[in-house]
Amino acid sequence: MRKVRLVIIGGGPAGLAAVLGAKHAGEDDILILERDKQLGGILNQCIHNGFGLHTFHEELTGPEYAARFSCEIKNQNILYSLNTMVTNISKDKIITAVNPSEGLFQIQAQAIILAMGCTERPRGALNIPGTRPAGIYTAGTAQKFVNVYGLMPGKEVVILGSGDIGLIMARRMTLEGAKVKMVVEKMPYSSGLKRNIVQCLEDFEIPLKLSHTVVDIEGNRRLEAVWIAQVKEGRILPETRERISCDTLLLSCGLIPENELSAMMGIELSDQTKGPKVNESLETNIPGVFACGNVLHVHDLVDFVSQEASMAGRKAVEYLREPKSGQKHEVPVEAGNGVRYTVPSRMCLEAMESSLPVRFRVDQIYKDGFFCVYGNDQRIMRRPFRIATPGEMVQILLTKKQLEGIDLQRIRIELEAKINEN
Amino acid sequence: MLNHDIVIIGAGVSGSAIARELSRYDLDIVVLEKQEDICSGTSKANSGIIHAGYDAPEGSLMASLNVEGNAMMDSWSEELDIPFQRIGSLVVCLEEEGMPFLEKLYQRGIKNGVPHLEIIDRQRLKQLEPHIAQDAVGALYAPSAGIVCPFELNLAMAENAVQNGVRFLFDAEVLSIDKIDQGFCVLTSKGKVLTKHVINAAGVHADTIHNMVSMQKMEIIPRKGEYVLLDKKAGKHVRHTIFQLPTKMGKGVLVTPTIHGNLLVGPTSEDVQDKEALNTTEKGLRDVIEKAKKTVQDLPMHMIITSFAGLRAHHPAHEFIIEEVKDVPGFIDVAGIESPGLSSCPAIGKKVAKWFQEKYDLVQKSDFQPRRKGLNHLYAINSHQKNALIQKDPRYGNIVCRCEMISEGEIVEAIHRPIPARSLDGVKRRVRAGMGRCQGGFCLPKVVEILAREQDGKTAKEITKSGKNSYFIAGNNKEDLL
Repeated sequence: MRKVRLVIIGGGPAGLAAVLGAKHAGEDDILILERDKQLGGILNQCIHNGFGLHTFHEELTGPEYAARFSCEIKNQNILYSLNTMVTNISKDKIITAVNPSEGLFQIQAQAIILAMGCTERPRGALNIPGTRPAGIYTAGTAQKFVNVYGLMPGKEVVILGSGDIGLIMARRMTLEGAKVKMVVEKMPYSSGLKRNIVQCLEDFEIPLKLSHTVVDIEGNRRLEAVWIAQVKEGRILPETRERISCDTLLLSCGLIPENELSAMMGIELSDQTKGPKVNESLETNIPGVFACGNVLHVHDLVDFVSQEASMAGRKAVEYLREPKSGQKHEVPVEAGNGVRYTVPSRMCLEAMESSLPVRFRVDQIYKDGFFCVYGNDQRIMRRPFRIATPGEMVQILLTKKQLEGIDLQRIRIELEAKINEN
Repeated sequence: MLNHDIVIIGAGVSGSAIARELSRYDLDIVVLEKQEDICSGTSKANSGIIHAGYDAPEGSLMASLNVEGNAMMDSWSEELDIPFQRIGSLVVCLEEEGMPFLEKLYQRGIKNGVPHLEIIDRQRLKQLEPHIAQDAVGALYAPSAGIVCPFELNLAMAENAVQNGVRFLFDAEVLSIDKIDQGFCVLTSKGKVLTKHVINAAGVHADTIHNMVSMQKMEIIPRKGEYVLLDKKAGKHVRHTIFQLPTKMGKGVLVTPTIHGNLLVGPTSEDVQDKEALNTTEKGLRDVIEKAKKTVQDLPMHMIITSFAGLRAHHPAHEFIIEEVKDVPGFIDVAGIESPGLSSCPAIGKKVAKWFQEKYDLVQKSDFQPRRKGLNHLYAINSHQKNALIQKDPRYGNIVCRCEMISEGEIVEAIHRPIPARSLDGVKRRVRAGMGRCQGGFCLPKVVEILAREQDGKTAKEITKSGKNSYFIAGNNKEDLL
C-alpha cells in the first residue's frame, strides 16, 4: 500500500491553505485528494469580488483568490490527485479513493487533514410541501449553472433564505437578465453579511421579506408559483398566505458541514456545528486527524478559512514530528449566554501557542454589548461591540499570558448584551 | 391489415409485466405510454413492498394474485437481475382489544395461502424490533413479505420485453379508440396505431381509456398517499416493514427500510379529484410523521431528505378488474390495480398472458430469453470488480453523485439501455444519481451535461427533469429572458 505522511482531503480553500501551512512548516511528503477536475473548490464558481481583504489586503474574485494558493502549490511541486473521490477513511488512517486513471486504491497516511467543506440544505430537508417540478435549485447549483456553464436556470426568481450565496445570486441573476422578485427569510433577521444585503439587494431594489417563508409549491412540470406566508414565533400565519408567480425558486437555507467520511472513521461530531469537535490544535478525537474550514464549522469569510487551515497544516506537521503520547490535560471551552458554539470546544494550555483564536457565532442579533471570556469563573477578557449578528463569525484572541496564572478547569465565552428588538 | 396483435396502454408495472409475459409468444406487441419514461404513474410512488397477502378478502383476485405474485418474486428477481429481499413484515397491535382483529388477519392470511404466518407476543416483537412502540402488545409476523425497488422491477420487466421483441412508444398519449373490423384504431399524440387487441393498463386513467370504447362506464378514483423518505443513516432504525393494526383512531402508516437502505414512512390516504395531483401537503406530511411515531420510537425525523406523493388507482369495488370487457371483445381491462398491485404484477402478467395463450393456443417462442442483465452498479460489486470495470472504461472511476457514489459510467450506461434514460428523473431512477441526501444539488449540472452530450447534439436547454415542459435551463446568460 502506498504510504504518505500527510494527506489532505479536499482541495478547496481550506485544503489549499492547510497544505501550504504544512509545507511552510517543513513537511514535504504531502498529497491532496480533490474530487473536482481542478483545485480551488467552490471558489471557482464565486466570480464576484470581495475575497482576500484580510489575507492579501486587496479585493480578489474567488478564482483569483484560489489561484494565489494553487499557483504556489504547483510552484512548490506539491502532489495532488484530481477527479479523485475519497470513499472511506478508516480509524487507522487508511484512505480508500477512486479516480478514472488509478481505479480504486488505498493510501496509508500518518496524519490527515479533513477539508471537505460543506453542502447546501436541499428542499427535501426543509420539508416544504407541494409539487416537485423543475425550477427549484439550491443557490450554489444555480451559481454553478450561471457562472461556470453560462446558462440561466430561470427568469422569474424567488429566493428562500437570506444566506450569503442567496444574496449573491439575487444580484447575479438580476445582472444576467432575470427578475428577482424577492428574498424570503423565515427568521426576523438575515443570516447573510450586512454588506451583501446592501450591495446585492438594496442596490437593486430587491425586497427582503423577513419573518416569511415558502409554504407551498405549484407547477407539475416546471415551477409556476410559490406561496409565501408570515411566520410569527415559529408558527405560520395561514391568513397571510400570498401567491407569488415565478419559474424559479432558489434555496439559501443554510450550509451543512460534509462529515460523512468523518463519521465513518469514528470522529466525534458537534450537534451545534455539525463538524468535528476539535482542540486548540484543531485536532479531532483521533490523534493525527485534523479538521479546518467549512467541514469544521461554517465560516462567513474565506480569509478566516485560510487562517484556520494554515494553522491546521502547521499543527499536523508538529504531530508528525512528535506524535504526542499520553493524556493531555484538556479543559472545555464552553458556549455561555448568547453564544451558539465555540471552535475549539476544548483546549490544552501546555499545547497552546502564545495566542489562540477562538471562533464562535452568537444566537441572535445583539447591540452595544460585550464579549466576555471567563477562566473558571473569573472574567479575563471583556471586549465591547456595537453589533453582533448570527450571520457573522466572531473571533477573539486568547493569549497564553491571560490564562497562565489560574488553575484552569474550564473556559467560558458569553455575551453581556441586550437582544436587539428592531 | 392490422399491424399489431396487441396494444398495451400504460408502461407501469402492470403493463410491463404483461408485456414481458406476452413476449414469450410470437406476437406483435406495442406498449403506449403517455409519459416520457416507464414507471411514471402509480408504479413510481408507492411503498415498494411485496406484501405477504393477508390483507385482501378471501377468494378475491387481489388475494390470490398477491400471494402468487409474492411467490414468483424470487425467480423473477433472479431472472431479471434486480434486488429483492424478504425482510418480513409486522402488523403491530397497540391495544389489547386489537388482538382478536390480529387473529382474524392471521386466519384470513392462512386461507389466502400466506406461508409461515405467526402471531408473536410483545417480547418476541421487541427482540425483532428494538425500537417498537412501548405500548405494542403483539404483532402478526409474515416472513414472506419483502421489499423491492419499484422502478428497477418495472424497468427490468420492460427491458426484458424489449429483448424479446416488444416495442415501447413514449410520449404517446391515447386520445381516442375506435372499434374497427377485427380490432381497434388507437389514435395517439404520436399518430394512429391499428391493433387486434387492446390491454388497458392505464392506472389512474384506466377509466378514461375504458370509457372510450365501452357503454358500461367505469370510475377510477385517485387516492393520494404522501410519504417522507429518510437518509440512509436512518435506514437501520427498523428491520422489517412495520404496519399498524387499524384502531378506532384510524389507520396508521408503515415504516420500512427500502431496498437501497433508506427509511420510508407513509402513506396517507385521501381521495382527490385531480389525477395529476402529486403534491404533498403540510397536513399530509405532519400526519405521516405523527402516525409513524405511534408504532416506532425515536424516529430520526430530522433526517428526512425528501417527501413525495403517489396516487392509487382505486376502483369502487376495491378489487382488481382483469377481464375482457363484455361489450367490447378483444379489449381487456387491467384496472383498479392499487395495493397490492406491485406485489401482484408478475401474477397479473401471467394471468393476462394465459388468457391469450388459451384463446389462441399459443406456443412459447424457442428463442424467448427470460434473463435480462441489469445495469452495472458500483455499490453492488466488490473492489476487484470495480477495478476491472474502471480499467475497461475509466468513466466508471469518475464519481458524479457524491452522496450515492454514482459514476459517470453508470449514468452513460443508463442513457444507452434498451429503454434509455432521457431525463434527469430517468437517470435518477435507474442509477440513483441525485437520490441521496443532497438531492442532486451537487450532481445536477453534471448530469444535465452528460445527458446532453450522450443524446447526440442535444443542448442543456433541451434536457428536462421528466419530459415535456420540465426544463432546467431558461436561456443563456444575458439573453433577453423576460
